[in-house]
Amino acid sequence: MGSIDLALVWAAIICFAVFAYVVLDGFDLGVGILFPYLSKGEERDQAINSVAPVWDGNETWLVMGGGGLLAVFPLAYAIILPATYPLMIAMLLGLVFRGAAFEFRWRDPAHQPLWDITITVGSLVAAIAQGMTIGAILQGIDVENNAYAGGWIDWLSPFSCLTGIGVAVGYALLGATWLIIKTQGSCQAHARRLAFRLGIATVVVLAAVSAATPFLSYDYWTRWFTMPQVLLTAQVPLLVAICTGIFFWSLRKGREVLPFLMALAMFFLGFVGLCISIFPYMVPRSITLWEAAAPHNSQLFLLVGALFIIPLILGYTAWAYWVFRGKVGTEGYH
Amino acid sequence: MLEQLDAVFLARVQFAFTVSFHFIFPAFSIGLASYLMVLEGLWLKTGRGVYANLYRYWMKIFAVGFGMGVVSGVVLSYQFGTNWSVFSTKAGAIVGPLMGYEVITAFFLEAGFLGVMLFGISKVGKRLHFFATCMVALGTFISAFWILSVNSWMQTPAGFEINEQGQFVVGGSWWDVIFNPSFPYRLAHTVIAAYLTTAFAVGGVGAWHLLKDRSNPGARKMFSMAMWMAVVVTPIQIVAGDLHGLNTLEHQPVKVLAMEGDFDPSPDGAPLILFGLPDQETAQVHYKVAIPKLGSLVLKHDPNAPLPGLTDYPREDWPPVAVVFWSFRVMVAIGLAMLALGLWSLIARRRKRLFESRALHRTAVLMGPAGFVAVIAGWITTEVGRQPFTVYGLLRTAESASPLDAPAVATSLIAFILVYSAVFGAGIYYLLRLMGQPPHRGETEPSHVPVRAAGITPAASMEAAWAKGGAADGKH
Ligand code: HDD
Ligand code: HEM
Ligand code: HEM
Repeated sequence: MGSIDLALVWAAIICFAVFAYVVLDGFDLGVGILFPYLSKGEERDQAINSVAPVWDGNETWLVMGGGGLLAVFPLAYAIILPATYPLMIAMLLGLVFRGAAFEFRWRDPAHQPLWDITITVGSLVAAIAQGMTIGAILQGIDVENNAYAGGWIDWLSPFSCLTGIGVAVGYALLGATWLIIKTQGSCQAHARRLAFRLGIATVVVLAAVSAATPFLSYDYWTRWFTMPQVLLTAQVPLLVAICTGIFFWSLRKGREVLPFLMALAMFFLGFVGLCISIFPYMVPRSITLWEAAAPHNSQLFLLVGALFIIPLILGYTAWAYWVFRGKVGTEGYH
Repeated sequence: MLEQLDAVFLARVQFAFTVSFHFIFPAFSIGLASYLMVLEGLWLKTGRGVYANLYRYWMKIFAVGFGMGVVSGVVLSYQFGTNWSVFSTKAGAIVGPLMGYEVITAFFLEAGFLGVMLFGISKVGKRLHFFATCMVALGTFISAFWILSVNSWMQTPAGFEINEQGQFVVGGSWWDVIFNPSFPYRLAHTVIAAYLTTAFAVGGVGAWHLLKDRSNPGARKMFSMAMWMAVVVTPIQIVAGDLHGLNTLEHQPVKVLAMEGDFDPSPDGAPLILFGLPDQETAQVHYKVAIPKLGSLVLKHDPNAPLPGLTDYPREDWPPVAVVFWSFRVMVAIGLAMLALGLWSLIARRRKRLFESRALHRTAVLMGPAGFVAVIAGWITTEVGRQPFTVYGLLRTAESASPLDAPAVATSLIAFILVYSAVFGAGIYYLLRLMGQPPHRGETEPSHVPVRAAGITPAASMEAAWAKGGAADGKH
């Protein structure tokens, strides 16, 4: 195994977990964010039913991302988390609210409106906190002697606010397009209208974040705009433009699955852009992924299991989605 | 007032608060998942409706408890980084991969099959559904396996080396790390604790409904099953606890001395202190009630065996003695009370008064929450007893914390207390309300989940079978 760069393999696996998380929990947080726009009763019940059987599995990818970081890049974990402390706490509390409210809203019709608000607030807080964390990492973290050396609100900046809003809007888009697939009738029509507006908003914030990133540091600038690379990096915005086109076209045409896939593609490209900006750092401009890496032995130990088990996980997760395929209804819907 | 509290202390309080809250739910989920597996298995085997109804009754409760276990657990997995970043940097290469295995072997398994278990009765066949239930139960056990391995490694570290950067890295083999000396004992004791906790909760609910209606078949069945568990499992737990204590004496003598309240060495046999008020400052136990020589008999299985005292060890290595002393007594007292209730139920059963004795039912209701108290008391003994170290003997708690300002930690602590009280308070209220409803025939599924197209799914046949079983049951 000596010839394979384990740190690189692990960076790829963690990227995969984070992306899986963004996509999967992205749509169910998005559904939560869109809750106030859905009418009480049938629309909301359909929306909840579309995520109820899968949200727990979706959230597990977050544990995988965090746990994986601790296991194979402990230094990055130990620097990023204290640096974004209030964001992490806010995200966790948001997820507590959201997850608990999913169960509670069925238990108690009298308090359902309260739990519905809780779902929205929790989802929104979690989404914004995640987006701001990305912004905070991109803009750089103060590191001295391999430990976080800044204050506890260093992460707050116009840029991180922008990324926070961006992720929330993007999740809402994923949520709306997911509802187009899973629901029918008025809920679906509603989701379609929302998806159209959110599509525009997403393109706007994506453009704004992309425009702002190169100005954060000269390093990002050279990476995106100097000569040989630019031929490669220029493909990212190009592909985004194509996906956006297909997205709006498919929405118009009344397609059900394609808008979701295109929203995913846009996320994927944004994610690739992020990786281009950050690589090969774990904590931009201070800790590379090799510096952050746990000893070879630890990385290898977990890798052996991961290579066997992750495909299995993907298999039974796909099966669970298959079991719940098709449109959801509300109770008594035939 | 807050300025005087340092960030490390606040971080400890925060960890203790969040992990204790978390563990209340796993203790119930681990036990209940297995109970559900047994119920569904019995139903598949016998076809009797009472099992199917109990399954559905407890599944609703399981869904709420499990949800809270998940969200409170996600908090913990990030807390190592937010509040204990130095610990994470130093021990991450060892505890991280073990927790990583927990995620990929356990959490995904639980979560992946949970949806099918809760909402899929009508979508997959009976056998596949039973398989999903089994996978969820298996997942909870695997989860306990890994996380307890991590915790045990922190108590009795093994198989490691310390590198130039002062990090713990694997020295021997991973096998030595995972199966560190206290792990088998802790795994056995904790998993049995989860079963007992669930058995007493189920028994308490059954007894509550028997007090109202002695003929309710569901209540009779669950009470009877729970009391069998109490009779059989409590003695095993007491033996496991005793062995665990012997193991701890070998590896963490200071902890055991704190549990026993033995400040002074006892060269010719230690007494067993039943009660008293330990005083860390003066190194004495005030107002103590003690039985001579019994301490050595319990710990060394020889009344005259010498035992050291806390004063043989440096004071800066002592845990907070009073906390450990009392939490240990609470746990043991509950263990003995559980044994007593189990025996009582056995006698009542032989006299055919199991479903008649109101005194027994009232006591069982009172003991319903006992398992939760014992489990938390046990963990407090274990964790506070490990102080002042996070990795026993090697890494001090004070040197493990993140470089955070006290106000940041204080604010988040307050936020956790408020949010947890509100959310989990509501959750516990809903759990109690679900438990307050008597189990009856034709229990519904957990949420009012849509049945896509009634009539063509396996649900129809299942409903029919349920109805038939239910009718057969009416003969009781
Ligand atoms: C002996 C068992 C045990 C112990 C000591 C702990 N847990 Fe736990 N945990 C479980 C047993 C469990 C479980 C039975 O597997 C849970 C409870 C309910 C559930 O959903 O799974 C769970 C859920 C759970 C989850 C959510 C999993 C998901 O997304 O599905 C996380 C992230 C953690 N735990 C993390 C922790 C951490 C970091 C702990 C220690 C500090 C910890 N747990 C102590
Ligand atoms: C779920 C059951 C558990 C309970 C109820 C529990 C309870 C506690 C308590 C009461 C404390 C505070 C001790 C003190 O500061 O005086 C504590 C601290 C701590 N525990 Fe546990 N614990 C549990 C499981 C674990 C596990 C499985 C791990 C490791 C993976 C762990 C790691 C820690 C750490 C890192 C601290 C903070 C440092 C410290 O104060 O010792 N705990 N826990
Ligand atoms: C009456 C007999 C019992 C004895 C002698 C006993 C003994 C012990 C000991 C010595 C420890 C501390 C081990 C260490 O930290 O090294 C412990 C921990 C613990 N006990 Fe007990 N126990 C008893 C009953 C119970 C009962 C009835 C429950 C719950 C239903 C329980 C739950 C726990 C838990 C959850 C822990 C912490 C995890 C661990 O370290 O294993 N115990 N017990």
